[in-house]
Amino acid sequence: MGGVLRRYGPVLTAAILLAVAVWLLLLVVLPQLLMVDFSFRPSLPPSKAGGPEDVYTLRNYATLWTNQIHLAIFLKTIWASSLVTAVTLAVCYPVAFYMAQVAPRRRLPLLVLMLVVPFWINELLRTFAWYIILAFNGPLNALLVGLGLFSEPQRLLGGDAGVIIGMVYVYILFMVFPIMNAMESLDRNQIEAARDLGAGWLRIHRRIVIPHAKPGIAVGCIMTFMLAAGSYAVPALLGGPQSRWFTEVIYNWFFEGGNWNQGAAYAFILLILCVAFILLMMRLFRVGLTDIAK
Amino acid sequence: MTAASFRRWVTGAYLVLFFGYLFLPLGIMAAATFNSSRFPTVTPWMGFTLQWFGALWADQRMWQALGTSLLVGAGVIAVAVPLGLAAALLLDRLHSRARTFLYAVMVSPLLTPGVIVGISTLVFWREWFGVTGGLFLTILAQSSFIAAYAMLLFLARLQRFDQTLEEAALDLGATHGQVFRRITLPYLTPAILSASFLAFLQSFENYNTTLFVRGLDTTLTVYIASKVRTGLTPAVNALSLILIALTILGAVVYEILRRREARRQPDPA
Repeated sequence: MGGVLRRYGPVLTAAILLAVAVWLLLLVVLPQLLMVDFSFRPSLPPSKAGGPEDVYTLRNYATLWTNQIHLAIFLKTIWASSLVTAVTLAVCYPVAFYMAQVAPRRRLPLLVLMLVVPFWINELLRTFAWYIILAFNGPLNALLVGLGLFSEPQRLLGGDAGVIIGMVYVYILFMVFPIMNAMESLDRNQIEAARDLGAGWLRIHRRIVIPHAKPGIAVGCIMTFMLAAGSYAVPALLGGPQSRWFTEVIYNWFFEGGNWNQGAAYAFILLILCVAFILLMMRLFRVGLTDIAK
Repeated sequence: MTAASFRRWVTGAYLVLFFGYLFLPLGIMAAATFNSSRFPTVTPWMGFTLQWFGALWADQRMWQALGTSLLVGAGVIAVAVPLGLAAALLLDRLHSRARTFLYAVMVSPLLTPGVIVGISTLVFWREWFGVTGGLFLTILAQSSFIAAYAMLLFLARLQRFDQTLEEAALDLGATHGQVFRRITLPYLTPAILSASFLAFLQSFENYNTTLFVRGLDTTLTVYIASKVRTGLTPAVNALSLILIALTILGAVVYEILRRREARRQPDPA
């Protein structure tokens, strides 16, 4: 703290501390804490707030276990997000490896730019692109019928498959960059040496590349899973009433059910799910928090 | 065919497929803008038209939503960039477990799903201050995590900063205010510009967080989503095409400036 004061002087130090306090307390920590507190209280009309009925309860959390529909949606959100994460990892790994280790240096700037540009484009617009493709009279159906795979167009929108396909597309770039960055620091000579000593490409990846890229793989998986589980735009556009996502259930508690306490409980459950996934990845890939938050 | 050339062929094919997968959907969406079909599609092709740009131009609610988005974006720049700057200045001078802890709290909004950022902001401000959803909460909720992006940008630039410059100025009798205005701030100007650009873009395209705190205000992204679900015409494609073109332009300019900056600055030893 003394270093801060010496460098910036009393006036600036005070301003800096005030700004950081406002950000972290008013915008980050207190809202989160209040949301959790709120989720353990019953939903009461304002006249009864603070009254004898305003006690801490687990009722809002019990709802998820008693409501079979919500529980099924919650479980589906978990496995579907895991599937999205696994597919994006499988698709991105070769691309990341090529970019980090194989690509000729002079071609790299253009390739990186081609990855960066779609990354900048609005998530909602990238989802909308798939809405057009998957539409009943859209190009994908035209192609499938034209190839003779189907005799008539299929309903591709409004189901889980459409949502998962869309999510893979929308979140794929959050997987490429972390893995690519992690692989870049691997010395190409290590791979050469392994090859000279007779290792096959499978073994090179298993014993050299993957262990080196572990922090990047962990970060990519965490980002992708979190974005998928917390996504509202993709299921809202590509899904339907039969393929609701957990975020949509939360939204309905707030703006249709009018039960904010219940919605806050579900939101906290979603947050716990994401934290649990982060811890799982850290355990699985044996990486620390400092590796992840780089 | 040798093993090496076969491997090169497979790699090339995979890359073509991958980049095709990235860009083809956007191309199809753009192409549908010019089809005179009432529903946006490319099959069947009903003939070339530019009418949907006209329909978009005449859409009053679109202009209103654009205005809201610009206002929110400006607000987020005004809030998130100074907060991120202050946080980076603080972290840059801490070397202890306090730094690790503060850093973790600061980046935590980036690891929190956007809907939860929106919900916690909505609940907190209603319960403590009686403020309901609207422009104000949208700016605050978005800033709470966009400030973290700004902080990371500032921190990266500060790491290459030669602190002896500040010390020399202080030794020569400059006040702390003068040092900050004449040395630190000018050095950080490129980062301030890129942080503002990034903050605006993040704000402009935000959907998950905004949805919960927007109240009765509609940003452009929220407007597009509602149009897709009710009342979709190729005018939405026209809007998407324009936004994508602007984004690509912005991304390319940003990348070029970033690379020029990186070339000018030797790598930190």
